Amino acid sequence: MRNLKLFKLGSIGLLPLWLGLFTLLPTLLVAVVSFLRRDETGLIALAPTFDNYARLLDPIYLKVFGHSLWMAGVATLLSLAAAYPFAYLLSRVRPAWRPVLLTLVVVPFWTNSLVRIYAIRSLLAAKGAMNDVLLALGLIHEPVRLLYTDTAVTLGLVYVLLPFMILPIYSSFEKLDQKLIEAASDLGADRLDTFWHVIVPLTAPGIAAGSLLVFLPALGMFYVTDVLGGARDLLIGNFLKDQFLDARDWPFGAAASLIIIALLFLLLELYVLSRRWLNPGERLDA
Amino acid sequence: MRSLKTFYLWLVYSFLYLPMAMLAAYSFNASKYGARWEGPTFEWYRDLANDSALLEATLNSLAVAFVAATLSTLVGTLGAIGLWHYRFPGQTFLQGLLFVTLMSPDIVMGVSLLVLFMALRVRLGFWSLLLAHVSFCLPFVTVTVLSRLNDFDRRLIEAAQDLGAGEGRAVWHVVLPLALPAIAAGWLLSFTLSLDDVVVSFFVTGPTFEVLPLRIYSMVRLGVKPEVNALATLLFIVSLGLVSVSQRLLRKEQP
Repeated sequence: MRNLKLFKLGSIGLLPLWLGLFTLLPTLLVAVVSFLRRDETGLIALAPTFDNYARLLDPIYLKVFGHSLWMAGVATLLSLAAAYPFAYLLSRVRPAWRPVLLTLVVVPFWTNSLVRIYAIRSLLAAKGAMNDVLLALGLIHEPVRLLYTDTAVTLGLVYVLLPFMILPIYSSFEKLDQKLIEAASDLGADRLDTFWHVIVPLTAPGIAAGSLLVFLPALGMFYVTDVLGGARDLLIGNFLKDQFLDARDWPFGAAASLIIIALLFLLLELYVLSRRWLNPGERLDA
Repeated sequence: MRSLKTFYLWLVYSFLYLPMAMLAAYSFNASKYGARWEGPTFEWYRDLANDSALLEATLNSLAVAFVAATLSTLVGTLGAIGLWHYRFPGQTFLQGLLFVTLMSPDIVMGVSLLVLFMALRVRLGFWSLLLAHVSFCLPFVTVTVLSRLNDFDRRLIEAAQDLGAGEGRAVWHVVLPLALPAIAAGWLLSFTLSLDDVVVSFFVTGPTFEVLPLRIYSMVRLGVKPEVNALATLLFIVSLGLVSVSQRLLRKEQP
Protein backbone atom coordinates (compact mmCIF):
# COMPACT_ATOMS: atom_id res chain seq x y z
CA MET A 1 0.00 0.00 0.00
CA ARG A 2 2.84 2.38 0.83
CA ASN A 3 4.42 1.63 -2.54
CA LEU A 4 1.19 2.56 -4.25
CA LYS A 5 1.02 5.89 -2.44
CA LEU A 6 4.60 6.54 -3.46
CA PHE A 7 3.77 5.65 -7.06
CA LYS A 8 0.78 7.97 -7.06
CA LEU A 9 2.85 10.77 -5.59
CA GLY A 10 5.64 10.19 -8.13
CA SER A 11 3.39 9.91 -11.16
CA ILE A 12 1.50 13.07 -10.26
CA GLY A 13 4.31 15.10 -8.73
CA LEU A 14 7.51 14.41 -10.61
CA LEU A 15 6.54 15.84 -14.00
CA PRO A 16 5.19 19.16 -12.65
CA LEU A 17 8.25 19.42 -10.41
CA TRP A 18 10.61 19.02 -13.36
CA LEU A 19 8.68 21.35 -15.66
CA GLY A 20 8.37 23.91 -12.86
CA LEU A 21 12.07 23.86 -12.13
CA PHE A 22 13.39 23.70 -15.70
CA THR A 23 10.70 25.42 -17.77
CA LEU A 24 8.66 27.81 -15.63
CA LEU A 25 11.41 29.04 -13.30
CA PRO A 26 13.95 29.80 -16.06
CA THR A 27 11.30 31.67 -18.05
CA LEU A 28 10.48 33.78 -15.00
CA LEU A 29 14.19 34.45 -14.46
CA VAL A 30 14.55 35.62 -18.07
CA ALA A 31 11.58 37.93 -17.55
CA VAL A 32 13.19 39.39 -14.42
CA VAL A 33 16.61 39.78 -16.05
CA SER A 34 15.05 41.63 -18.98
CA PHE A 35 14.10 44.46 -16.61
CA LEU A 36 17.57 44.74 -15.06
CA ARG A 37 20.71 46.60 -16.07
CA ARG A 38 23.91 45.21 -17.45
CA ASP A 39 26.91 45.27 -15.16
CA GLU A 40 30.43 45.38 -16.61
CA THR A 41 31.80 43.09 -13.90
CA GLY A 42 29.12 40.64 -12.85
CA LEU A 43 26.83 40.44 -15.92
CA ILE A 44 23.72 41.77 -14.20
CA ALA A 45 23.15 44.69 -11.82
CA LEU A 46 20.07 44.71 -9.63
CA ALA A 47 18.72 48.01 -10.93
CA PRO A 48 15.26 48.02 -12.53
CA THR A 49 14.91 49.56 -15.99
CA PHE A 50 12.87 49.50 -19.18
CA ASP A 51 15.93 50.43 -21.25
CA ASN A 52 16.36 46.97 -22.77
CA TYR A 53 12.94 47.13 -24.38
CA ALA A 54 13.44 50.73 -25.47
CA ARG A 55 16.71 49.73 -27.14
CA LEU A 56 14.96 46.97 -29.08
CA LEU A 57 13.02 49.73 -30.86
CA ASP A 58 16.27 50.98 -32.42
CA PRO A 59 15.92 50.62 -36.23
CA ILE A 60 19.03 48.37 -36.33
CA TYR A 61 17.39 45.78 -34.10
CA LEU A 62 13.93 46.21 -35.57
CA LYS A 63 15.53 45.35 -38.89
CA VAL A 64 17.01 42.14 -37.48
CA PHE A 65 13.62 41.13 -36.08
CA GLY A 66 11.80 42.09 -39.26
CA HIS A 67 14.28 40.20 -41.40
CA SER A 68 14.11 37.12 -39.21
CA LEU A 69 10.29 37.09 -39.21
CA TRP A 70 10.34 37.55 -42.99
CA MET A 71 12.79 34.67 -43.53
CA ALA A 72 10.80 32.38 -41.21
CA GLY A 73 7.57 33.41 -42.97
CA VAL A 74 8.96 32.71 -46.44
CA ALA A 75 10.36 29.34 -45.26
CA THR A 76 6.94 28.48 -43.81
CA LEU A 77 5.05 29.38 -47.00
CA LEU A 78 7.50 27.51 -49.24
CA SER A 79 7.32 24.44 -46.99
CA LEU A 80 3.54 24.61 -47.01
CA ALA A 81 3.43 24.90 -50.81
CA ALA A 82 5.72 21.88 -51.19
CA ALA A 83 4.23 19.80 -48.37
CA TYR A 84 0.49 20.18 -49.01
CA PRO A 85 0.26 18.39 -52.37
CA PHE A 86 2.90 15.94 -51.21
CA ALA A 87 0.98 15.02 -48.05
CA TYR A 88 -2.22 14.64 -50.09
CA LEU A 89 -0.57 12.33 -52.61
CA LEU A 90 1.07 10.34 -49.83
CA SER A 91 -2.30 9.76 -48.17
CA ARG A 92 -3.63 8.36 -51.47
CA VAL A 93 -0.77 5.94 -52.11
CA ARG A 94 -1.58 2.22 -51.98
CA PRO A 95 -1.77 1.21 -48.26
CA ALA A 96 0.95 -1.41 -48.67
CA TRP A 97 3.44 1.29 -49.68
CA ARG A 98 2.50 3.88 -47.10
CA PRO A 99 4.57 2.71 -44.08
CA VAL A 100 7.78 2.70 -46.12
CA LEU A 101 7.10 6.07 -47.75
CA LEU A 102 6.15 7.58 -44.40
CA THR A 103 9.33 6.23 -42.79
CA LEU A 104 11.28 7.95 -45.56
CA VAL A 105 9.73 11.26 -44.46
CA VAL A 106 10.60 10.60 -40.82
CA VAL A 107 14.27 9.69 -41.44
CA PRO A 108 15.40 13.28 -42.20
CA PHE A 109 13.62 14.43 -39.04
CA TRP A 110 15.81 11.98 -37.08
CA THR A 111 19.01 12.90 -38.91
CA ASN A 112 21.33 15.45 -37.35
CA SER A 113 20.14 18.78 -38.74
CA LEU A 114 23.64 20.25 -38.73
CA VAL A 115 24.75 17.40 -40.97
CA ARG A 116 21.83 18.12 -43.29
CA ILE A 117 22.67 21.82 -43.45
CA TYR A 118 26.24 20.84 -44.22
CA ALA A 119 24.92 18.71 -47.10
CA ILE A 120 23.22 21.81 -48.51
CA ARG A 121 26.45 23.73 -48.07
CA SER A 122 28.46 21.28 -50.10
CA LEU A 123 25.73 21.22 -52.74
CA LEU A 124 25.84 25.00 -53.14
CA ALA A 125 29.60 25.48 -52.77
CA ALA A 126 31.50 27.21 -55.60
CA LYS A 127 32.92 23.84 -56.70
CA GLY A 128 29.78 21.98 -55.62
CA ALA A 129 27.34 19.90 -57.61
CA MET A 130 24.81 22.68 -58.20
CA ASN A 131 27.35 24.84 -60.02
CA ASP A 132 28.54 21.80 -62.00
CA VAL A 133 25.00 21.06 -63.12
CA LEU A 134 24.32 24.67 -64.08
CA LEU A 135 27.62 24.83 -66.00
CA ALA A 136 26.91 21.54 -67.77
CA LEU A 137 23.46 22.77 -68.78
CA GLY A 138 25.06 25.90 -70.17
CA LEU A 139 22.89 28.13 -67.99
CA ILE A 140 25.99 29.81 -66.56
CA HIS A 141 29.52 30.10 -67.94
CA GLU A 142 31.47 30.33 -64.70
CA PRO A 143 30.64 29.25 -61.12
CA VAL A 144 28.23 31.65 -59.40
CA ARG A 145 27.99 32.47 -55.75
CA LEU A 146 25.10 30.48 -54.29
CA LEU A 147 26.30 30.34 -50.70
CA TYR A 148 26.14 33.35 -48.37
CA THR A 149 22.84 34.55 -49.80
CA ASP A 150 19.37 34.86 -48.29
CA THR A 151 18.21 32.28 -50.81
CA ALA A 152 20.71 29.77 -49.46
CA VAL A 153 19.50 30.36 -45.91
CA THR A 154 15.84 30.01 -46.95
CA LEU A 155 16.64 26.80 -48.82
CA GLY A 156 18.45 25.48 -45.73
CA LEU A 157 15.51 26.28 -43.45
CA VAL A 158 13.05 24.59 -45.81
CA TYR A 159 15.33 21.58 -46.19
CA VAL A 160 15.64 21.04 -42.43
CA LEU A 161 12.04 21.85 -41.49
CA LEU A 162 10.01 20.34 -44.37
CA PRO A 163 9.26 17.04 -42.55
CA PHE A 164 7.69 19.05 -39.70
CA MET A 165 5.22 20.49 -42.22
CA ILE A 166 4.54 17.21 -44.06
CA LEU A 167 3.75 15.02 -41.04
CA PRO A 168 0.88 17.02 -39.43
CA ILE A 169 -0.73 17.74 -42.82
CA TYR A 170 -0.44 14.08 -43.75
CA SER A 171 -2.20 13.10 -40.55
CA SER A 172 -5.06 15.54 -41.36
CA PHE A 173 -5.43 14.03 -44.83
CA GLU A 174 -5.42 10.55 -43.34
CA LYS A 175 -8.39 11.48 -41.13
CA LEU A 176 -10.23 13.23 -43.98
CA ASP A 177 -13.43 11.34 -44.73
CA GLN A 178 -13.62 10.66 -48.48
CA LYS A 179 -17.42 10.62 -48.25
CA LEU A 180 -17.49 14.34 -47.42
CA ILE A 181 -15.80 15.09 -50.73
CA GLU A 182 -18.27 12.86 -52.58
CA ALA A 183 -21.12 14.56 -50.73
CA ALA A 184 -19.84 17.97 -51.82
CA SER A 185 -19.73 16.93 -55.46
CA ASP A 186 -23.16 15.26 -55.18
CA LEU A 187 -24.47 18.58 -53.93
CA GLY A 188 -23.10 20.26 -57.02
CA ALA A 189 -19.81 21.73 -55.86
CA ASP A 190 -17.12 21.87 -58.53
CA ARG A 191 -13.57 20.72 -57.78
CA LEU A 192 -12.33 24.18 -56.82
CA ASP A 193 -15.28 24.77 -54.48
CA THR A 194 -14.74 21.38 -52.89
CA PHE A 195 -11.08 22.18 -52.40
CA TRP A 196 -11.59 25.59 -50.79
CA HIS A 197 -14.73 24.89 -48.81
CA VAL A 198 -14.30 21.25 -47.79
CA ILE A 199 -10.73 20.00 -48.09
CA VAL A 200 -8.86 23.09 -46.87
CA PRO A 201 -11.00 23.66 -43.73
CA LEU A 202 -10.80 19.97 -42.81
CA THR A 203 -7.03 19.88 -43.15
CA ALA A 204 -6.56 23.30 -41.52
CA PRO A 205 -5.49 21.80 -38.16
CA GLY A 206 -2.59 20.11 -39.94
CA ILE A 207 -1.70 23.30 -41.81
CA ALA A 208 -1.75 25.31 -38.57
CA ALA A 209 0.31 22.76 -36.61
CA GLY A 210 2.83 22.37 -39.42
CA SER A 211 3.19 26.13 -39.84
CA LEU A 212 3.92 26.56 -36.12
CA LEU A 213 6.45 23.73 -36.20
CA VAL A 214 8.29 25.40 -39.09
CA PHE A 215 7.90 29.08 -38.23
CA LEU A 216 8.95 29.03 -34.57
CA PRO A 217 12.18 27.00 -34.91
CA ALA A 218 13.08 28.97 -38.06
CA LEU A 219 13.46 32.10 -35.91
CA GLY A 220 16.17 30.54 -33.80
CA MET A 221 18.31 28.25 -35.96
CA PHE A 222 21.47 30.33 -35.82
CA TYR A 223 23.65 27.56 -37.22
CA VAL A 224 21.80 27.70 -40.55
CA THR A 225 22.96 31.27 -41.15
CA ASP A 226 26.40 30.50 -39.69
CA VAL A 227 26.93 27.69 -42.19
CA LEU A 228 25.03 28.98 -45.25
CA GLY A 229 24.70 32.72 -44.82
CA GLY A 230 27.08 35.60 -44.64
CA ALA A 231 25.57 38.39 -42.55
CA ARG A 232 25.89 37.88 -38.81
CA ASP A 233 22.60 39.22 -37.56
CA LEU A 234 20.33 37.54 -40.02
CA LEU A 235 18.08 35.65 -37.62
CA ILE A 236 16.88 36.37 -34.08
CA GLY A 237 18.80 33.23 -33.12
CA ASN A 238 22.10 34.80 -34.20
CA PHE A 239 21.22 37.97 -32.32
CA LEU A 240 20.47 36.05 -29.11
CA LYS A 241 23.63 34.00 -29.44
CA ASP A 242 25.66 37.20 -29.83
CA GLN A 243 24.06 38.95 -26.87
CA PHE A 244 24.39 35.99 -24.51
CA LEU A 245 27.74 34.51 -25.51
CA ASP A 246 29.77 37.23 -27.28
CA ALA A 247 28.59 40.73 -26.30
CA ARG A 248 27.50 39.33 -22.93
CA ASP A 249 24.65 41.79 -22.58
CA TRP A 250 22.24 39.42 -20.87
CA PRO A 251 19.46 41.87 -19.95
CA PHE A 252 19.23 43.02 -23.58
CA GLY A 253 19.24 39.42 -24.83
CA ALA A 254 16.65 38.48 -22.21
CA ALA A 255 14.34 41.25 -23.45
CA ALA A 256 14.57 39.90 -27.00
CA SER A 257 14.00 36.37 -25.75
CA LEU A 258 10.89 37.49 -23.88
CA ILE A 259 9.52 39.01 -27.10
CA ILE A 260 9.86 35.59 -28.76
CA ILE A 261 8.13 33.94 -25.80
CA ALA A 262 5.28 36.46 -26.15
CA LEU A 263 5.11 35.68 -29.87
CA LEU A 264 5.04 31.95 -29.05
CA PHE A 265 2.09 32.42 -26.70
CA LEU A 266 0.25 34.60 -29.21
CA LEU A 267 0.66 32.01 -31.98
CA LEU A 268 -0.28 29.08 -29.72
CA GLU A 269 -3.37 30.96 -28.54
CA LEU A 270 -4.36 31.63 -32.16
CA TYR A 271 -3.76 27.97 -32.94
CA VAL A 272 -5.97 26.73 -30.10
CA LEU A 273 -8.68 29.30 -30.93
CA SER A 274 -8.67 28.38 -34.61
CA ARG A 275 -9.03 24.70 -33.78
CA ARG A 276 -11.96 25.39 -31.46
CA TRP A 277 -13.53 27.53 -34.14
CA LEU A 278 -13.05 24.95 -36.90
CA ASN A 279 -14.03 22.01 -34.81
CA PRO A 280 -16.15 22.86 -31.78
CA GLY A 281 -16.51 20.09 -29.24
CA GLU A 282 -13.12 18.56 -29.98
CA ARG A 283 -10.92 17.99 -26.95
CA LEU A 284 -7.41 19.32 -27.29
CA ASP A 285 -4.74 17.09 -25.85
CA ALA A 286 -1.20 18.21 -25.33
CA MET B 1 -2.07 12.80 -64.44
CA ARG B 2 -1.01 9.68 -62.60
CA SER B 3 2.58 9.97 -63.74
CA LEU B 4 2.57 13.63 -62.76
CA LYS B 5 1.62 12.64 -59.22
CA THR B 6 4.34 10.01 -59.03
CA PHE B 7 6.79 12.53 -60.43
CA TYR B 8 5.92 15.01 -57.69
CA LEU B 9 6.40 12.43 -54.93
CA TRP B 10 9.77 11.54 -56.43
CA LEU B 11 10.72 15.20 -56.67
CA VAL B 12 10.17 15.85 -52.97
CA TYR B 13 11.95 12.65 -51.96
CA SER B 14 14.91 13.60 -54.15
CA PHE B 15 15.00 17.02 -52.53
CA LEU B 16 15.13 15.34 -49.12
CA TYR B 17 17.65 12.65 -50.01
CA LEU B 18 19.89 13.80 -52.88
CA PRO B 19 22.05 16.14 -50.78
CA MET B 20 22.64 13.39 -48.23
CA ALA B 21 23.34 10.81 -50.94
CA MET B 22 25.89 13.18 -52.45
CA LEU B 23 27.66 13.54 -49.12
CA ALA B 24 27.82 9.76 -48.87
CA ALA B 25 29.32 9.58 -52.37
CA TYR B 26 31.85 12.33 -51.58
CA SER B 27 32.89 10.46 -48.45
CA PHE B 28 34.41 7.74 -50.66
CA ASN B 29 35.89 10.19 -53.17
CA ALA B 30 39.67 10.45 -53.28
CA SER B 31 39.47 14.09 -54.41
CA LYS B 32 39.82 16.35 -51.43
CA TYR B 33 37.96 19.33 -52.90
CA GLY B 34 35.17 19.67 -55.40
CA ALA B 35 32.78 17.23 -56.92
CA ARG B 36 34.99 15.48 -59.50
CA TRP B 37 35.22 11.74 -58.92
CA GLU B 38 38.83 10.64 -58.52
CA GLY B 39 38.41 7.07 -57.48
CA PRO B 40 37.29 5.39 -54.26
CA THR B 41 39.07 5.71 -50.94
CA PHE B 42 38.57 4.95 -47.26
CA GLU B 43 41.05 7.64 -46.26
CA TRP B 44 38.42 9.97 -44.74
CA TYR B 45 37.02 7.20 -42.58
CA ARG B 46 40.56 6.45 -41.38
CA ASP B 47 41.07 10.14 -40.57
CA LEU B 48 37.85 10.03 -38.61
CA ALA B 49 38.98 7.05 -36.55
CA ASN B 50 42.25 8.85 -35.74
CA ASP B 51 40.64 12.14 -34.67
CA SER B 52 40.83 11.81 -30.89
CA ALA B 53 38.96 15.05 -30.11
CA LEU B 54 36.10 13.86 -32.30
CA LEU B 55 36.05 10.44 -30.66
CA GLU B 56 35.96 12.03 -27.22
CA ALA B 57 33.09 14.31 -28.25
CA THR B 58 31.24 11.29 -29.64
CA LEU B 59 31.65 9.35 -26.39
CA ASN B 60 30.51 12.39 -24.39
CA SER B 61 27.45 12.74 -26.61
CA LEU B 62 26.56 9.06 -26.34
CA ALA B 63 26.87 9.22 -22.54
CA VAL B 64 24.66 12.31 -22.27
CA ALA B 65 22.12 10.92 -24.76
CA PHE B 66 21.93 7.57 -22.97
CA VAL B 67 21.43 9.01 -19.48
CA ALA B 68 19.14 11.84 -20.69
CA ALA B 69 16.95 9.42 -22.68
CA THR B 70 16.68 7.03 -19.74
CA LEU B 71 15.87 9.75 -17.21
CA SER B 72 13.34 11.49 -19.42
CA THR B 73 11.71 8.14 -20.25
CA LEU B 74 11.35 7.34 -16.55
CA VAL B 75 9.93 10.74 -15.59
CA GLY B 76 7.87 11.08 -18.78
CA THR B 77 6.30 7.61 -18.55
CA LEU B 78 5.47 8.09 -14.89
CA GLY B 79 3.98 11.50 -15.71
CA ALA B 80 1.95 10.12 -18.62
CA ILE B 81 0.51 7.36 -16.41
CA GLY B 82 -0.28 9.98 -13.77
CA LEU B 83 -2.06 12.19 -16.30
CA TRP B 84 -4.02 9.25 -17.70
CA HIS B 85 -4.87 7.34 -14.55
CA TYR B 86 -5.50 10.01 -11.93
CA ARG B 87 -7.51 13.22 -11.73
CA PHE B 88 -5.74 15.99 -9.85
CA PRO B 89 -5.93 19.77 -9.55
CA GLY B 90 -3.88 21.70 -12.09
CA GLN B 91 -4.05 18.87 -14.62
CA THR B 92 -5.20 21.11 -17.46
CA PHE B 93 -2.49 23.62 -16.62
CA LEU B 94 0.10 20.83 -16.66
CA GLN B 95 -1.06 19.66 -20.09
CA GLY B 96 -0.91 23.23 -21.35
CA LEU B 97 2.60 23.61 -19.97
CA LEU B 98 3.66 20.38 -21.72
CA PHE B 99 2.23 21.66 -25.00
CA VAL B 100 3.97 25.03 -24.69
CA THR B 101 7.29 23.37 -23.79
CA LEU B 102 6.92 21.04 -26.77
CA MET B 103 6.40 23.95 -29.14
CA SER B 104 8.86 26.41 -27.66
CA PRO B 105 11.85 27.06 -29.94
CA ASP B 106 15.19 25.60 -28.84
CA ILE B 107 16.77 29.02 -28.73
CA VAL B 108 14.38 30.21 -26.01
CA MET B 109 15.03 27.06 -23.99
CA GLY B 110 18.81 27.42 -24.35
CA VAL B 111 18.80 31.05 -23.22
CA SER B 112 16.45 30.41 -20.28
CA LEU B 113 18.40 27.40 -19.02
CA LEU B 114 21.67 29.31 -19.26
CA VAL B 115 20.18 32.04 -17.05
CA LEU B 116 18.87 29.38 -14.61
CA PHE B 117 22.22 27.60 -14.33
CA MET B 118 24.02 30.87 -13.74
CA ALA B 119 21.50 31.90 -11.07
CA LEU B 120 21.85 28.52 -9.32
CA ARG B 121 25.64 28.56 -9.80
CA VAL B 122 25.61 25.24 -11.67
CA ARG B 123 28.93 24.80 -13.47
CA LEU B 124 28.46 24.37 -17.21
CA GLY B 125 29.45 20.88 -18.31
CA PHE B 126 28.07 17.35 -18.12
CA TRP B 127 25.41 18.02 -15.48
CA SER B 128 24.02 21.22 -16.94
CA LEU B 129 23.90 19.54 -20.35
CA LEU B 130 22.15 16.48 -18.92
CA LEU B 131 19.49 18.54 -17.09
CA ALA B 132 18.86 20.60 -20.24
CA HIS B 133 18.56 17.54 -22.48
CA VAL B 134 16.14 15.80 -20.12
CA SER B 135 14.08 19.00 -20.11
CA PHE B 136 13.59 19.15 -23.87
CA CYS B 137 13.10 15.37 -24.26
CA LEU B 138 10.58 15.08 -21.43
CA PRO B 139 7.51 16.52 -23.23
CA PHE B 140 8.15 14.29 -26.26
CA VAL B 141 8.21 11.11 -24.14
CA THR B 142 5.17 12.16 -22.11
CA VAL B 143 3.12 12.96 -25.21
CA THR B 144 4.17 9.77 -27.03
CA VAL B 145 3.27 7.54 -24.07
CA LEU B 146 0.10 9.49 -23.24
CA SER B 147 -1.24 9.25 -26.79
CA ARG B 148 -0.68 5.48 -26.67
CA LEU B 149 -2.48 5.26 -23.32
CA ASN B 150 -5.38 7.30 -24.68
CA ASP B 151 -5.90 4.60 -27.32
CA PHE B 152 -6.64 2.00 -24.62
CA ASP B 153 -9.88 1.02 -23.19
CA ARG B 154 -9.93 2.14 -19.56
CA ARG B 155 -12.10 -0.87 -18.79
CA LEU B 156 -8.97 -3.05 -19.06
CA ILE B 157 -7.81 -1.69 -15.71
CA GLU B 158 -11.26 -2.11 -14.21
CA ALA B 159 -11.36 -5.67 -15.48
CA ALA B 160 -7.98 -6.41 -13.89
CA GLN B 161 -9.23 -4.95 -10.63
CA ASP B 162 -12.47 -6.92 -10.83
CA LEU B 163 -10.36 -10.03 -11.21
CA GLY B 164 -8.67 -9.22 -7.92
CA ALA B 165 -5.56 -7.29 -8.95
CA GLY B 166 -4.74 -4.32 -6.75
CA GLU B 167 -4.30 -0.92 -8.37
CA GLY B 168 -0.53 -1.31 -8.30
CA ARG B 169 -0.60 -4.73 -9.94
CA ALA B 170 -3.08 -3.46 -12.53
CA VAL B 171 -0.72 -0.65 -13.50
CA TRP B 172 2.37 -2.86 -13.44
CA HIS B 173 0.93 -5.88 -15.28
CA VAL B 174 -1.63 -4.25 -17.59
CA VAL B 175 -0.79 -0.62 -18.32
CA LEU B 176 3.00 -0.88 -18.54
CA PRO B 177 3.14 -3.85 -20.94
CA LEU B 178 0.57 -2.21 -23.21
CA ALA B 179 2.47 1.07 -23.21
CA LEU B 180 5.86 -0.57 -23.65
CA PRO B 181 6.23 0.03 -27.41
CA ALA B 182 5.49 3.74 -26.92
CA ILE B 183 7.89 3.89 -23.98
CA ALA B 184 10.64 2.32 -26.09
CA ALA B 185 9.86 4.67 -28.98
CA GLY B 186 9.99 7.61 -26.56
CA TRP B 187 13.43 6.50 -25.38
CA LEU B 188 14.71 6.22 -28.95
CA LEU B 189 13.31 9.63 -29.86
CA SER B 190 14.92 11.22 -26.79
CA PHE B 191 18.22 9.54 -27.56
CA THR B 192 18.13 10.97 -31.09
CA LEU B 193 16.99 14.44 -30.01
CA SER B 194 19.83 14.56 -27.50
CA LEU B 195 22.42 13.44 -30.08
CA ASP B 196 21.14 16.00 -32.63
CA ASP B 197 20.74 19.06 -30.47
CA VAL B 198 22.92 22.01 -31.44
CA VAL B 199 21.06 25.06 -30.20
CA VAL B 200 20.40 24.24 -26.53
CA SER B 201 23.79 22.55 -26.04
CA PHE B 202 25.55 25.59 -27.46
CA PHE B 203 24.29 27.65 -24.54
CA VAL B 204 24.58 25.21 -21.65
CA THR B 205 27.85 23.36 -22.12
CA GLY B 206 31.22 24.48 -20.86
CA PRO B 207 34.64 24.50 -22.51
CA THR B 208 35.67 21.31 -20.71
CA PHE B 209 32.88 19.14 -22.05
CA GLU B 210 32.51 19.04 -25.82
CA VAL B 211 29.71 17.12 -27.52
CA LEU B 212 29.48 15.79 -31.06
CA PRO B 213 27.09 18.35 -32.63
CA LEU B 214 29.18 21.24 -31.33
CA ARG B 215 32.35 19.55 -32.58
CA ILE B 216 30.70 19.17 -36.01
CA TYR B 217 29.61 22.80 -35.79
CA SER B 218 33.16 24.03 -35.37
CA MET B 219 34.40 21.71 -38.17
CA VAL B 220 31.64 22.78 -40.56
CA ARG B 221 32.10 26.50 -39.98
CA LEU B 222 35.67 26.22 -41.22
CA GLY B 223 34.48 24.93 -44.58
CA VAL B 224 33.90 21.71 -46.49
CA LYS B 225 36.08 18.88 -45.22
CA PRO B 226 36.11 15.29 -46.45
CA GLU B 227 36.14 13.81 -42.90
CA VAL B 228 32.85 15.58 -42.22
CA ASN B 229 31.38 13.78 -45.25
CA ALA B 230 32.40 10.45 -43.74
CA LEU B 231 31.02 11.42 -40.34
CA ALA B 232 27.75 12.62 -41.87
CA THR B 233 27.37 9.32 -43.72
CA LEU B 234 27.88 7.32 -40.53
CA LEU B 235 25.39 9.46 -38.58
CA PHE B 236 22.84 9.12 -41.38
CA ILE B 237 23.12 5.33 -41.27
CA VAL B 238 22.61 5.40 -37.49
CA SER B 239 19.43 7.53 -37.86
CA LEU B 240 18.15 5.21 -40.56
CA GLY B 241 18.52 2.24 -38.18
CA LEU B 242 16.92 4.03 -35.22
CA VAL B 243 13.93 5.22 -37.27
CA SER B 244 13.17 1.76 -38.64
CA VAL B 245 13.18 0.32 -35.12
CA SER B 246 10.95 3.11 -33.80
CA GLN B 247 8.47 2.92 -36.70
CA ARG B 248 8.15 -0.82 -36.10
CA LEU B 249 7.45 -0.16 -32.41
CA LEU B 250 4.75 2.42 -33.04
CA ARG B 251 2.90 0.62 -35.81
CA LYS B 252 -0.74 0.47 -34.79
CA GLU B 253 -1.78 -3.03 -35.90
CA GLN B 254 0.69 -4.74 -33.62
CA PRO B 255 -0.29 -5.03 -29.96
